[in-house]
Amino acid sequence: MSIKPKTIIQASHLSKIYHTSDLETIALNDVSFEIKEGEFVAIMGPSGSGKSTLMHIIGALDKPTSGTYILDGENVENLTDDELSDIRNRKIGFIFQAFNLLPRTTTMKNVMLPMAYAGVPLEQRLITAEKFLRLVGLGDRLSHTSNQLSGGQQQRVAIARSLVMNPAILLADEPTGNIASAQADEIMAIFQKLNDDGHTIVMITHEPDIAEHAKRIIHIKDGRIVEDSTKHQQRKIVSSPLLKGDAAQPRGILNK
Amino acid sequence: MNFIELLLESFNTLTLNKVRTGLAILGIVIGIGSVIALVSLGQATQTSIQNQIQSLGANLLTINPGAQRTGNVRTATSNTTLTEADATAIATSPQITTIASVSPEFSSRAQVTAGGNNGNISIVGATPAYLTIHKITMDTGVFIQDSDVSSIARVAVIGPQAAATLFPDGSSPLGQQIRITGQTFTIVGVTVTKGGSGFGSQDNIIFVPLSAAQKVLFGADHLTSVAMEAKSSDVMTAAQNEVGYFLLARHKITDPTKADFTIMSQADILSAASSTTGTFTTLLSGVAAISLLVGGIGIMNIMLVTVTERTREIGLRKALGAKKKTIITQFLTESIILTFTGGIIGIALGIFTSYIISVVSSSLFIVSPSSILLAFVVSAGIGILFGWYPAQRASSLQPIEALRYE
Repeated sequence: MSIKPKTIIQASHLSKIYHTSDLETIALNDVSFEIKEGEFVAIMGPSGSGKSTLMHIIGALDKPTSGTYILDGENVENLTDDELSDIRNRKIGFIFQAFNLLPRTTTMKNVMLPMAYAGVPLEQRLITAEKFLRLVGLGDRLSHTSNQLSGGQQQRVAIARSLVMNPAILLADEPTGNIASAQADEIMAIFQKLNDDGHTIVMITHEPDIAEHAKRIIHIKDGRIVEDSTKHQQRKIVSSPLLKGDAAQPRGILNK
Repeated sequence: MNFIELLLESFNTLTLNKVRTGLAILGIVIGIGSVIALVSLGQATQTSIQNQIQSLGANLLTINPGAQRTGNVRTATSNTTLTEADATAIATSPQITTIASVSPEFSSRAQVTAGGNNGNISIVGATPAYLTIHKITMDTGVFIQDSDVSSIARVAVIGPQAAATLFPDGSSPLGQQIRITGQTFTIVGVTVTKGGSGFGSQDNIIFVPLSAAQKVLFGADHLTSVAMEAKSSDVMTAAQNEVGYFLLARHKITDPTKADFTIMSQADILSAASSTTGTFTTLLSGVAAISLLVGGIGIMNIMLVTVTERTREIGLRKALGAKKKTIITQFLTESIILTFTGGIIGIALGIFTSYIISVVSSSLFIVSPSSILLAFVVSAGIGILFGWYPAQRASSLQPIEALRYE
């Protein structure tokens, strides 16, 4: 057996139940999986399947009702709102369907925002932001405001923004849902390249041809994992029993 | 994110929606502006009244005929109870030790003409004592002399404002003839301006010998007032009592509450006037404070709208790592910038307005530093107070809820 890649995400028996006045909705029902460094995972499922809820928990935007979630060695369970903000800032690069750039703000400022919250010195921020904007091919759009860019360009700004803090995972929520298909291919090419460079990517999507870009696809339905398949080509991913939802692995190994 | 950056970012956000920002600021501008303008208007009025009263003379006591409190009865004859004999008695009696000089006076208003010009001017029948007691300074010519009083001379000393009314061409009034209620008087002197405006101006006045006022002009033998100068400001109360009991005895009145005269000191007049203008100032400030409050609520309203409108942005910021404190600070900074900008413009507007008022009403132009300081503190305070709630709301938005918000 080759050297085990570091485990980035360790989810055990995650459940999420929403309570409304007289209704109880189970969005996630005892979901367990693990994602290792360097993986490119697509989480698929029809709407209402619970994939958005799962994405929120993976992104530390929401907490599970029960179960444990360990992100890059940190247990996200009992954290305050501010601690969660900090986790998101350092460990997660978000890419949203609607891009979510600050309106009427330059691409540089948008990309620098997470670093501003992390307290990175301004000079460092400028250098880093420019580097990543060049990486996504927007070196000539540094002082354009977000509303002067096409959808594909805006999403590339969002990708640059997700990279500046060197996060443990990139978390993309329907990244091509709002852009034309030609540009969608460009975006996926960027993802592919980032993954080749060693970035761990988790992508939520309902489009099978987009999910095809990933090396591993987790299918969710009615709050449960119904299928977890790995493509045979490319780098071999260590397949452990955990992938099938078994959380029996000792913690010592998970926490590096 | 350091403070300068936060400031720049807030400033940036505010300039993105200029109309709304402008309207929010306008409320504070009007609030602060009216506070400054109205407070300075009040203070100018107060100061000008005080100046005017003080210019009447220091250590001044004034006896006016008429009862202080006589129940509900106030007879017409009570206004004629003060006579020249009373004044002479006060001036000469060995019982009176605290009074330096006494000025018997008869004043009334009359129509005065000079050539084609005329005006309704205050006429004062005076003796030479008037000059020193009321601190009158002569510009040209001489004041009323003892000989003028004893000979009932038809001479007049004219105040600068009255002179301007009667001789608008600017010619020297000295030696000119004027007609007061049809009687011809010759001008022998012009006084220096004493300032003050409105009613009771010290400059819109004509002095004639006391005897001439009583016998020639108004056909009376009583006095309308007796002005007295106390020997020093320390004996004012003693003088007031001394003269009071002396006059009660002369008028054969045993019950002091039934006195047919009142003695007012400078301090009495000053405090009465001050309390009136003080009430006036308080009232104005109250009105201004209400408009400031309304301005503050305007800011809160705008900030709440902003929070709702920027829900997605707030969610994004939180998703990217903004902490509660960061969001609160950002929104508070925005509202403080709004109120502070409004405050500065308001102060400028307030000063400008009070300047215009002072020019138009030819009154004093006073802007007190304390009211400017107050306006600053209040505007920043309003920013914090009314910005807090929206900022709090923004910061407690959950990122997923906020990101979902359409």
